[in-house]
Amino acid sequence: MTVMEQRGAYRPTPPPAWQPRTDPAPLLPDAEPYRILGTKAAEQADPELLRTLYARLVAGRRYNAQATALTKQGRLAVYPSSTGQEACEVAAALALQERDWLFPSYRDTLAVVARGVDPVEALTLLRGDWHTGYDPYEHRVAPLSTPLATQLPHAVGLAHAARLKGDDVVALAMVGDGGTSEGDFHEALNFAAVWRAPVVFLVQNNGFAISVPLAKQTAAPSLAHKAVGYGIPGRLVDGNDAAAVHEVLSDAVRHARAGGGPTLVEAVTYRVEAHTNADDATRYRGDAEVETWRRHDPIELLQRELTERGLLDEEGVRAARDDAETMAADLRARMNQDPELDPMDLFDHVYAEPTPQLREQRDLLRAELAAAAEAEAGTETGAASGAPEGGHR
Amino acid sequence: MTTVAVKPATMAQALTRALRDAMAADPSVHVLGEDVGTLGGVFRVTDGLAAEFGEDRCTDTPLAEAGILGTAVGMAMYGLRPVVEMQFDAFAYPAFEQVVSHVTKMRNRTRGRMPLPLTIRVPYGGGIGGVEHHSDSSEAYYMATPGLHVVTPATVADAYGLLRRAIASDDPVVFLEPKRLYWSKDAWNPEEPAPVEPVGRAVVRRSGRSATLITYGPSLVACMEAAEAARAEGWDLEVVDLRSLVPFDDETVCASVRRTGRAVVVHESGSFGGPGGEIAARVTERCFHHLEAPVLRVAGFDIPYPPPMLERHHLPGVDRILDAVGRLQWEAES
Repeated sequence: MTVMEQRGAYRPTPPPAWQPRTDPAPLLPDAEPYRILGTKAAEQADPELLRTLYARLVAGRRYNAQATALTKQGRLAVYPSSTGQEACEVAAALALQERDWLFPSYRDTLAVVARGVDPVEALTLLRGDWHTGYDPYEHRVAPLSTPLATQLPHAVGLAHAARLKGDDVVALAMVGDGGTSEGDFHEALNFAAVWRAPVVFLVQNNGFAISVPLAKQTAAPSLAHKAVGYGIPGRLVDGNDAAAVHEVLSDAVRHARAGGGPTLVEAVTYRVEAHTNADDATRYRGDAEVETWRRHDPIELLQRELTERGLLDEEGVRAARDDAETMAADLRARMNQDPELDPMDLFDHVYAEPTPQLREQRDLLRAELAAAAEAEAGTETGAASGAPEGGHR
Repeated sequence: MTTVAVKPATMAQALTRALRDAMAADPSVHVLGEDVGTLGGVFRVTDGLAAEFGEDRCTDTPLAEAGILGTAVGMAMYGLRPVVEMQFDAFAYPAFEQVVSHVTKMRNRTRGRMPLPLTIRVPYGGGIGGVEHHSDSSEAYYMATPGLHVVTPATVADAYGLLRRAIASDDPVVFLEPKRLYWSKDAWNPEEPAPVEPVGRAVVRRSGRSATLITYGPSLVACMEAAEAARAEGWDLEVVDLRSLVPFDDETVCASVRRTGRAVVVHESGSFGGPGGEIAARVTERCFHHLEAPVLRVAGFDIPYPPPMLERHHLPGVDRILDAVGRLQWEAES
């Protein structure tokens, strides 16, 4: 007898009254990006913090310019500049304590450097002499992640593991507007919310995923609104206002540290330069748009605030620029030295111990190198004795 | 010497015991996956672990394979030793980007500073009457991804020993569990689990002089049956169980083929671009002058895994294996 046939006897249980599992109202982001600079709130800002942010932003812009110049000189394979986004980059690093972890994406070299990583080691990936040049455990900075949003679940797992071990560690993970369309973004936010992991997600909405504008990326009211679907708070902040980004991220870090769980922060900013030196931004956007954003420049916003409040004079501006020049000169000098390469490194660190198959391949390359060295030596001998064919065969 | 009364145990029970012993021995071992907690896994391999070690050590995750593996990567970065369960072979594909882009590369990217000691358990293969997407042989994808160990047991004792080894490994291991062998039984004493050689050693399951059957995991049973049946044809077959696809034990395999002069590779995975092609090439490169015949492959067809009512036509069985053995150019012998 089927359920339908026993209609007389069968009494379905009435469903319980529905109610939302979380009140969505407190999770919603503000209607407008939060700002401090140029508003009344700026009076409350710590002058020392503002001055520090200013010096770091000026240095960051100089770093971007120097790195871009190094691509033109063939010293870097590629450089995705964060010019115009320095406020997000610097504030992300400064919002963390030393014991915390940063999970950067490929455009976040500035944040990595601001965290304390050596400026040359931070460029290893983009110079191409190895992948990650720095020790992730030294400054608690994960490798720069090229596959979009894939580093976000790592941040969640690490923060979760730290909490299981009873360690006071917050992870801050950075991603772009395009990255929010990836499945890993969704899964990371969901895992973090369910586990109440101490994680802060910073989305730098810089307007473009290479050439694709935000309108083709999402139909959400804002990227910060996506938080509500996971039951976590979303915060919207002016990404060019360094004081505001620092405050919102610091609040989110505190919230996570106190056991409140993750926060999604959308910082609205703009990628002033092309995607990388290999990109041509004139194919997909006009000068007028870029010009509008140049007038909302993170360094100028901060400099104006500091100057108007008498916290920065011409000498202070000059000092910040001089420090940036010194950093750039050092970077230039060190990057102009050829890196030392050892082809045999290719077989190290694939496994804890090379497999028998890798040992064979390592021997093959070693023999090739030895033969090439021998041929070269023969060429030199031949050239010295005046034989035109040298040792070539 | 006293004889211990050894009761038969299933492969699933041996796997459970391996997880339990690993968790008891090392507090950094964490199990996570879908339904691994309260339910004990759809194949019951994690049965009792959440009750014994708590939900922080054996965790039911949201239903998202990339998220499971991606968070496990982060946990391993922080010094834990995660063991993730992918519910079925074909459900592991969403996690593939994490496998390829991070799990296999993190040690290399960071010059050895950030190794990822994690184990990815994947129930794989067919023969259980599973409907679509429940019976894939996905080993070739993992074999083709440098940075992974790829291990698969074919016996109850190996299931225990290899899983303990995989969890203890400082490299990421894809641990492929032949679904059709979960309920296979062997005399195995869980109180005295046999010591297992390091990952990467094949084993001769049956000695013979006529030809070598090279196989692993789910196909071992058919190979042993074929070897038994071959006696009637006058063939004395040797059977090599690889146990580990990466690293590959060239030494044991080639020693066997040099003895017998003939080889057939047997697996469920499709033949085109499958493990058998690599194995046949390796054997040919190393044993050419010992070979009396080309190395042959007996594999699943190069088709999407068939529906359950047709899968018996797809899976390599005794007849197909014996047919292949019959094609190993015996004419020269007579």
